[in-house]
Amino acid sequence: MSTAIPLDYETLRLIWWLLLGVLLIGFAVMGGRDMGVGALLPFAARTDDERRVLLNLVGPTWEGNQVWLILGGGAIFAAFPPLYAVSFSGFYLAMIVILLALILRPVGFKFRGKIKDPRWRATWDWALFIGGFVPALIMGVAVGNVLLGAPFHLDDTMRAFYTGNFFLLLMPFGLLTGLVSVGMIVTQGAAVIAGRTTGPVAERARTYGSLAGVLTLVLFALGGIWVAFWMDGYAITSVVDGNAAINPLAKTVVLTRGGWVANYGLYPWMIAAPVLGFIGLIGAVVGLQARLRLPTLLASSIAIFGIVSTAGLSLFPFLLPSSTVPESSLTLWDASSSHLTLFIMLLVTVFFLPIILLYTAWVFRVMRGNVSTQSLEKNPNAY
Amino acid sequence: MIDMTIVELSRWQFAATAMYHFIFVPLTIGLSVMMAIMESVYVMTGREVWRKATLFWGTLFGVNFAMGVATGIVMEYQFGMNWSYYSHYVGDVFGAPLAIEGLMAFFLEATFIGLFFFGWDRLSKLGHLTVTWLVAIGANFSALWILIANGWMQNPVGAKFNPDTMRMEVTDFIVVIFNPVAQAKFVHTVSAGYVCGAVFIFAISCLFLLQGKHVEMAKRSMIVAASFGLASALSVVVLGDESGYVATEHQKMKIAAMEAGYHTEPAPAPWTIFALPGPDGGAPEFSIQVPWMGGLITTRSFDTVLPGIEELVDHAQTRIRSGIIAYDALQEIRAGNIDGDDVDARLVFEQHWPDLGYGLLLKRYREDVGNATDEQIAQAAADTVPDVWPLFWTFRIMMGLGFFFIAFFAMWFYRASRGWLETSRPLLWVGFLALPLPWVAIESGWFIAEFGRQPWVVEGVLPTFYAASGLNFWDLVISLSFFTLLYSTLFVIMIMLMVRIIKAGPQDKLFAHEEDDQDFVIAALPSTPATRELV
Repeated sequence: MSTAIPLDYETLRLIWWLLLGVLLIGFAVMGGRDMGVGALLPFAARTDDERRVLLNLVGPTWEGNQVWLILGGGAIFAAFPPLYAVSFSGFYLAMIVILLALILRPVGFKFRGKIKDPRWRATWDWALFIGGFVPALIMGVAVGNVLLGAPFHLDDTMRAFYTGNFFLLLMPFGLLTGLVSVGMIVTQGAAVIAGRTTGPVAERARTYGSLAGVLTLVLFALGGIWVAFWMDGYAITSVVDGNAAINPLAKTVVLTRGGWVANYGLYPWMIAAPVLGFIGLIGAVVGLQARLRLPTLLASSIAIFGIVSTAGLSLFPFLLPSSTVPESSLTLWDASSSHLTLFIMLLVTVFFLPIILLYTAWVFRVMRGNVSTQSLEKNPNAY
Repeated sequence: MIDMTIVELSRWQFAATAMYHFIFVPLTIGLSVMMAIMESVYVMTGREVWRKATLFWGTLFGVNFAMGVATGIVMEYQFGMNWSYYSHYVGDVFGAPLAIEGLMAFFLEATFIGLFFFGWDRLSKLGHLTVTWLVAIGANFSALWILIANGWMQNPVGAKFNPDTMRMEVTDFIVVIFNPVAQAKFVHTVSAGYVCGAVFIFAISCLFLLQGKHVEMAKRSMIVAASFGLASALSVVVLGDESGYVATEHQKMKIAAMEAGYHTEPAPAPWTIFALPGPDGGAPEFSIQVPWMGGLITTRSFDTVLPGIEELVDHAQTRIRSGIIAYDALQEIRAGNIDGDDVDARLVFEQHWPDLGYGLLLKRYREDVGNATDEQIAQAAADTVPDVWPLFWTFRIMMGLGFFFIAFFAMWFYRASRGWLETSRPLLWVGFLALPLPWVAIESGWFIAEFGRQPWVVEGVLPTFYAASGLNFWDLVISLSFFTLLYSTLFVIMIMLMVRIIKAGPQDKLFAHEEDDQDFVIAALPSTPATRELV
């Protein structure tokens, strides 16, 4: 079978690890727009008209943007099933919190505008705030906990046992990464608002966005110092065969202080990721202050790209380290799908992803420019 | 040993969230196609009433779509959260169709849905029509990939167990895609969605006629719904039969349970219209049967014997014994990962692996499957029988409704062709009161498919109890409570909003003055802005 597949297993695993990064960054950049606007909604916009403008700014495109998240989940399932199995069940209550918050988004957008009662609308505004703020926070907390290592182990049948609990996730480093995540999407949301509105809403967005950008910058730097000097990173000490059948239990792993920055010594080009994170954040703050539109959004998107990449590259080749039984840690070499499945999924992705990007770009083009309040008045489906 | 309380709670949660999700999805599948049909007529004839109809049904579609999305994310993530071992064990096969659903179908639907609502004044007529069709195509392809995934759980073809990785792995993806169960399920389920959409549009239009409101739009909607509904209702029943027919190949037990067929009957078997369980809750003592019909429905032949539950349980015992051999060989192979001498074990495993799942049924009774007693084997074999009576009755409800929809739409199709849509108020009431029936049929169908598969999560491969995550009791109590609370609240709100939308009716003035629109800057808020600050 493997002779018929033109790409070797090791290469496919690496490609899928990169693709997973693309999907997650895709979600953070695209979904981050809408979640950032959601998180800013009650603060940047005060009156009903102001809030409607914000909602209709992202309303026509947010559903498509959220599919990046659904696709991310699907891709983890299809390409790294053990990761999907262990992380989603291990972080169970955190996932429940994320889901409950995400449930509020589609209904919030759809239901809010249907009744003209201030209390009704304000309630959904806060629901949309939760739908933007909470998932960003918890997803960030999760990334922090992945860096710390999750308390799980596998038995010989590959059944996962998780020994932590929800509140253990909320330790200082987890909260720090959670805030980085929130700060990053708030900056993104502010860039969107400031880019397409003027007046008091845009002014407030500039203020909040700049604050969030600076805060993210400081916390991201602090996180880097923390990881480099105060935290243990993981490293595989046995020989890695990138073409072997998956078996996470076959390796040996050591923990070393600052181990997560080792990759930047081994592969110096990786430093580009945190550098882009910093440059992007600085650019976003400067752009907001200088009242630039598109460059601000671009800078803020680069910041997201840099920050998410930094987490992924630092972990490489780990996907989910185990703090209790490090040998059970999942890496991209020993937690993937079969050779054939990875190949088929690559073919499907290579075919459909460009098409998705094309029609998404077309939809954004059609919906470009400004939303007129008259058309909001007349459209029963406006938010 | 696996904690059965956790398994039960996980099953409740999955069933509740899936059945809830399945309230909205079939309706959106049906409505999306009918909206596309109505808008096509609008573009072809240029008559405003068709656009009005498209928009009105589209608004109701939007509310349901939002609920479908809200509950769909939960579905995508729940496999990993609550069925962690399942995700590992079959993720190599099952994950792919889910991911492809996102890539090929849901992305399309979700991206264009925004344009459907917001693109009316930004696109040409033809451009907007294309968008509407893309939404409908996305919804239908979504169903295809989800049902390919679900079909594989019913009939796991194109995959093999790999003892080195302890999981099922794809051997032939084409076989997974063209799984006959998946294909039959797709046509059956999508047709059921069309019936659901058609009844929905028809019933609400009947209400409008009863109230004497929006008569033009209602009558046109009824014509589309009656013809589309008739074709779909025929397709559901004809191809629903197909679903049963295929099941006899792979899921004899499910059929036997649906038919309360405890004993093997000589072919062609009779079909039981009504039966009461015996004193022990088992084989019926009283039943009304139609000779031959059962054999025809389930095997489509006069001479294929339909095995009864008792015979199938005996057969399960044989497979469990073979499964024990497979399990022992697997243990040796896994140990051999270290010492490398497992050639014989691999040969044995190669012969017996298709029964490994049956061996795992014993895990409910003991860890060391190899030492199972005869009694435990008999117990495990008895476990392969799903609960007969709930299946027996839901199947009859679903079938009865299937035939009702054919009669319903046939009658209305005839009346529409004679111009008798509004002539009978009692019949309009019948039309309106049919509103909840598609959901009864659809949820019954889902129940038969999934509950009838028990005790398997993947037929013959993985027992449900063995697939659950090792969560603790409070995890599940918390998640189940919050889902119940949030879902119930949202349901009440959604119904209230739909009633408001229906009461308000189609919007006459919608987009009537497009030329007045000035594309002004957002910040130029209306001259009399709502200045009151919201909390």
